Amino acid sequence: MNIAENLGIVYALLGAAVAVLFAGAGSAIGVGIAGQAAAGVVTEDPSKFAKVLIIQLLPGTQGLYGLLVGFITLSKIGILGGGALDVSVSSGLLILAACLPIGIVGLLSGIAQGKTAASSIGIVAKKPEQFGKAMLFPAMVETYAILALLISFLAVNGIQI
Amino acid sequence: MGNTKYTYAVARIRALEVALFSDAVIEQLLSCKTAAEALQFVVEKGWGDMADQDDPDVVLRREEEKTWEVIKEVAPDASVFNVLSYPKLYHNLKAAIKEVCTEARNPNIFYDDCPIPGEEMLRIVENREFSRLPSHMGNVAQEALETLLHTRDGQLCDIMIDKAALEAIRKAGKESGEPIIENYADTMVAIADIKIAVRSRKTGKSADFMRSAMAECDGVNVEQLIRAALAGEDEIAQYLEGTAYAKGAQALRESASAFERWCDNRMIEMLKPQKYEAFSVGPLLGYLIARETEIKTVRIILTGKQNGFSDEAIRERIREMYV
Repeated sequence: MNIAENLGIVYALLGAAVAVLFAGAGSAIGVGIAGQAAAGVVTEDPSKFAKVLIIQLLPGTQGLYGLLVGFITLSKIGILGGGALDVSVSSGLLILAACLPIGIVGLLSGIAQGKTAASSIGIVAKKPEQFGKAMLFPAMVETYAILALLISFLAVNGIQI
Repeated sequence: MGNTKYTYAVARIRALEVALFSDAVIEQLLSCKTAAEALQFVVEKGWGDMADQDDPDVVLRREEEKTWEVIKEVAPDASVFNVLSYPKLYHNLKAAIKEVCTEARNPNIFYDDCPIPGEEMLRIVENREFSRLPSHMGNVAQEALETLLHTRDGQLCDIMIDKAALEAIRKAGKESGEPIIENYADTMVAIADIKIAVRSRKTGKSADFMRSAMAECDGVNVEQLIRAALAGEDEIAQYLEGTAYAKGAQALRESASAFERWCDNRMIEMLKPQKYEAFSVGPLLGYLIARETEIKTVRIILTGKQNGFSDEAIRERIREMYV
């Protein structure tokens, strides 16, 4: 396969990679930060394990959104089906652009959500009965990851190959 | 993401803050009828170890040790807490110099929970191995030892070391790179300066004496404080009213113990916002000082009850709690 002749599919694949890579990295960092806080609380009070685990997992969703967009991109260009379609350079670039929102927003919101989750774990450490409220603060950050997912999803779906 | 290195430590401290005594618990402790009952109360709250639960000193010392054990375990860089270990370190130096000069031996006058414990400090001073001391201590140790040997003036030796301690605290605060530690160190020096001014006034000391005892700081102006101290106690209070320590002026007019109490309360007030920090060293410092204040308050209550003080007299000395 000549890469120069198939630049379209290269761009499209790059789009899928951006979605999975950046959103996944954001989640990994976010879950990592929250995990440190969770470990701190469980060291002193193991009975709070379940509650802090749930909060720790909240920044993990960006990775899943990136995976979803990566997945539909791959099936759109036929790579998942076994036979790669003939994607024009302009279509490939369009797909790359469509993947950017979830990639970039996923990275930044994952980190931000991780920090908020770590702070919320502090609430659970001191006032476990306020678990519901503590969950809401990191969940607010999630809104923007979902908005980015929505746009990336609609855009990738809407591009005609 | 450089600011996330305290995430684990802060979360752990958050979990530990739950066990700190609130004002309500201190009230309960106050309402105990005897010292033994009060001691039993704190032991039931988990204080001390299984052994020696009847000796208040052992219980309180163990609590101090526990606090430092936690901080050393969780802090990614314990050197920022140097500021807090300096008073004990310099106390050990002072005690060692006096022991060497008087050739008396009192093992109980040293602190062992600091970077250079009593025994070692004594050996260093005895053998004059001042290079083994931290750089900020070496010179003053040598000078103070020689001064005491030549003049036999214990007070002169004390003020030399105390001033060096204050200067080292301020320097360590600045070098820590953490605004909260810097602020804490500066407050500590300012309060020490104010105390020196008040005591010098009471004992009629000269301006030169005060100048040789006080250390520079951002909170108060040493020269103005000295002038006020020479003029009178009221003038000290008046001067303080124009600084960040205005409320201390009121406490100063009330009584010496009210002023001491105000000093501790001010530290706690300054540190209280750290309860809402999630990613800095602040909550660790807040916890450390909160524990120190808590232990001090329990000690005041226990000794007050042991010596038959009235509840009112004890209450006057009780500090504000962190939680």
